[in-house]
Amino acid sequence: MINDVTIVLGGQAGQGIQTIEFILARVLKRSGYHVFSTKEYMSRIRGGQNTITLRAADRPVSALTRHIDILLPLDPGILEHVADRMTVDTVILGDAEALSLDRAVLDAPISRIAREAGGKIYESTAAVGVLAGILEADQTILRDYLRVYFRGKKPKVIDQNCAAADLGYAAGRKLCEDGSLSYSIARDEKTADRILVNGAEAVALGAIAGGCNFISSYPMSPSTGVLTFLASHDDTFDIVAEQAEDEIAAVNMAVAAWYAGARAMATTSGGGLALMGEGISLAGVLETPLVIHLAQRPGPGTGLPTRTEQGDLELALYAGHGEFPRVIYAPGTIEEAFLLSARAFNTAARCQVPVFVLTDQYTMDTYYDIPEFELEAISVEKHIVETNAGYQRYRLTEDGVSPRGVPGYGSGLIAADSDEHDEDGHITESMTVRNAQVDKRLGKMELIMKDPVPPVLTGPEDFRVLLVGWGSTCQPIREGLERSGRTDTAHLHFPQVYPLPHQAQGYLEQAEKVIVVENNATAQFGKLLILHGGREPDGAILKYDGLPFTVEELADAITEID
Amino acid sequence: MEKNRFDMGDIDIAWCPGCGNFRILQTVQETLEKMGKAPEEVVFVSGIGQAAKTPHYMKSHFFNGLHGRALPAATAIKAANPGLTVIAESGDGDMYGEGGNHLIHTMRRNPNITNIVHNNMVYGLTKGQASPTSRLGMVTPVQVHGVFEEPFNPMAMAIAMNASFVARAFSGHPEQTGEIIRQAIEHKGYALVDVFQPCVSFNKMNTLKWFADNTWYVDGSYNPTDRAEAFKTVTAEGKFALGVLYVNERRIPFEENLPAYKRSNTPLYMRSPDREKLAELIATRK
Repeated sequence: MINDVTIVLGGQAGQGIQTIEFILARVLKRSGYHVFSTKEYMSRIRGGQNTITLRAADRPVSALTRHIDILLPLDPGILEHVADRMTVDTVILGDAEALSLDRAVLDAPISRIAREAGGKIYESTAAVGVLAGILEADQTILRDYLRVYFRGKKPKVIDQNCAAADLGYAAGRKLCEDGSLSYSIARDEKTADRILVNGAEAVALGAIAGGCNFISSYPMSPSTGVLTFLASHDDTFDIVAEQAEDEIAAVNMAVAAWYAGARAMATTSGGGLALMGEGISLAGVLETPLVIHLAQRPGPGTGLPTRTEQGDLELALYAGHGEFPRVIYAPGTIEEAFLLSARAFNTAARCQVPVFVLTDQYTMDTYYDIPEFELEAISVEKHIVETNAGYQRYRLTEDGVSPRGVPGYGSGLIAADSDEHDEDGHITESMTVRNAQVDKRLGKMELIMKDPVPPVLTGPEDFRVLLVGWGSTCQPIREGLERSGRTDTAHLHFPQVYPLPHQAQGYLEQAEKVIVVENNATAQFGKLLILHGGREPDGAILKYDGLPFTVEELADAITEID
Repeated sequence: MEKNRFDMGDIDIAWCPGCGNFRILQTVQETLEKMGKAPEEVVFVSGIGQAAKTPHYMKSHFFNGLHGRALPAATAIKAANPGLTVIAESGDGDMYGEGGNHLIHTMRRNPNITNIVHNNMVYGLTKGQASPTSRLGMVTPVQVHGVFEEPFNPMAMAIAMNASFVARAFSGHPEQTGEIIRQAIEHKGYALVDVFQPCVSFNKMNTLKWFADNTWYVDGSYNPTDRAEAFKTVTAEGKFALGVLYVNERRIPFEENLPAYKRSNTPLYMRSPDREKLAELIATRK
C-alpha cells in the first residue's frame, strides 16, 4: 500500500492541466490529505509540453519527487518529456483510445464521461473526478468545491460539471475496486485548517503584512506573480501598484517612494535586476530603504525564461557600483517566504539599506499545505521621525543610521542627494566629509550583523558531514537527507545568505566535510562561504539544467558522499 | 524687499557666470513665493547635469537622483504623498536624452507634477558635446563633422502624446517665464515647460541674442486647446513659438486614478496595513 502518491499531469499549454490541479489539490486537502504541487512549463502560450507534479500524502510533504506513481497525459508527447521520471510501477492513466500509445494505459474514459455530462469542455472536471475517485477523496467536498469554483456560471454548466465529476469519481473508484490500483492514504483532519499558498503569494502576502503599500515593476517571469497579486488587491490594501516602462523606472520609483514615506518594493528577475543596478546603488548613497524581490531564472541573457536556477546570488550581492551595505534573504519554505518578505521591509526601514528577497521559479510556482500564517508575530516598524527646522538627513550618528524624516512630516526639509553629500544632504567634494559619510554608511553593517536570521540545522547535532544550502533547496535537501538514512550528516539551511550570520561559524568549524548544494553551476554560496565564512567547501552538489532538485536525486547524491 | 523663502542665501553656486540657469532659478523661486507656496510643501526632483544642481540652490525638499531618472522619481513622490507640490527640474540631456523613455511614459501617466527642462541645446557638465536638442551642423568635440541627427522636438512629441500641458519659455524673459511656470504648477496633471537658455561656455551658436532673435510669443488669439493647431505651430519651420502651446484639461491625473486614494488622500507614510482584511484574505486559502 502506498501512502504518498505522486501524480503528474502533463499536457500542452492551454489543455487545462492547471484547472485539474487547482481543483484537485484543494479537494484533496479539504478531504484530509496533505498535498504538494509544483509545475514546470515551456516559454509559450499554447502547445509544448508542460507538467504539474502533485503529491498527496498522509503527512506534510513539501518537496518535488522524481518518480511518478500516476501519469495523466493529455497529450501523447508527454511520455517522452517525462521518460526519465517513469518507473516500472508508473501507471499511465487516460483515454486509452485517444492516446494510442504502445505502452499499457489504464483506461479512464475521460472524453466519454465528458460527452455524457454535456460536452468536451467537461474533460478537466471529469479528470478531477477520476483522480479524486482513485484517491478516495470526499465526494461531498468535491461537489461543494465545484459549486464554489464555478460560481457565477449558469446553473446548467455547474450541474454538468458536477455530473462529470461524479461520473469520473465512479470510474476512478471502479479502477480501485477491480484491483487495478491500490492506495491507502490515512486522513489527517488537521489539513482542513491549513492553507495553500504558493511562493509568489507568500512573498506578496508577507509584503502586505510588512506594510508594503507601493509596488513598481516591469513584468518578467518568474517574478510577475508578486506584482499581479499586489495589483489585484490594491483597492483592499490601498497599494499603489504601477507597471513601470522598464526596470530602471521601477527601481527609481521604488527608491523615491520610500523617500516620500511609502514602503515600496520592486519585483524582478535577473535581466531586470541587471538594469536596476544603478538604482540599487542610488538607494545605497541616498540611504533610502528599498526592498527588491528577485525571482531567479537561468541566464545568461534571456536564458530559460520559465525555468529555475539559483544563479543570481552574486548578482544580488554585487549589483550596484560603489560600496554600501545590503541584506539578502533567501526563503527556503513558504513560511519563510512570508516572514522574510515582511521582515525585509522592517530591516530596510531600520537600517536604511537595500534588502533583497531572493527566490526562484520553483519557489514561485510551488505550494503545499502549511499552518495559517501568524500575523501577530509581525509588526510594521516605520522608523520615521517628525522633523524640525535644521533637520539633517545625513546626520552622523553612533550606529550610522540618521533618523529618517519624510517631506511634509514636520518643519524640516528632506534633502536626498546621489552625489557625495554633507550632513545637510548637499553636494560636497570635501575628503573629510567623504570619509565620514562612507564610514557612516558602511558602519550600518554592524547594526545589520547584530540581528541576522540564523541558519537552520536539521539532522543530528553530532554531524560529521554538513550539507549547506540556501533558498529553495531547503525542502528537497531535508527530505533527501531523511531518505538517505545517513546518521552522520546534517543540513544547514541559510534563510539569510548575506551578511553571513555569525551563528554559522560553529557549524562550519564542527563539520569534517562541508558539501554545498546549489541550483547553479559555480557554487556561488560556496564562494561566499570562503570569502565571509573562512571555510572552503569540500564538495558541491550542483544542478543547472533549469529544473529543481528532486528528493530522489538528492538522496542518491547524499548517499554517495564519503 | 522681503527675503524670498526659497532663497538659500549666500551659497557657493557651481554655474558659470552669465549662465541662463541663474535666471531660471530666480524666476522659479519668485514664482513659488508669489503663489504662496512654502518650502515645506515643495519637492524638487532632478537628475544629473548642471541644471540638475538647481534643487541644491533652492530652499525646499529635494531628491537629486540618477541621470535621466527624475521623472519616475517625481511620479512616485507625488503618488506617495499627493499633497506635495512636485517639480522635476533638470536639463535637456537629462530629460530628453538619458531619460527619454521616462518622458514618454510620464506623459502617458499624467501625474500632477511640473517638469521644467533647461534647454541650452548642449551638454555642459561633460563639456560641450551635442544634446538631443542641438541644432544641425553644430560642431562639438564628439560631433566633429557637425550634428547630422534630427534635433529632438519636445513640444511636438508632447502634443503627439496628448500631454496635458505643454509650454515653452526663454530664460531671458523672466516675467513671461514666471507666468508660464505659474500656470504649469497650477495645472492639474503633467506640465512640461521647456525653457530656452544660453550656455555661455559651450554653446557659441545659440546665444542669448540668438534665442531672442529666433523666438516669438503666441498671443491672445492662439487657442492652446486646439491640438492640430498646436502641432502645426510647434513643427513650423523658422522661429520657435513661446508661451502655453497646448493644454488638455480633460485628462485625469495619475494619483486620482489610484485606488489607494479613492477613500482618502492621507499620505502613504501615515498608513498601516489592514490586519483584519489580511487575515481574511489568508483564510480564503484554506
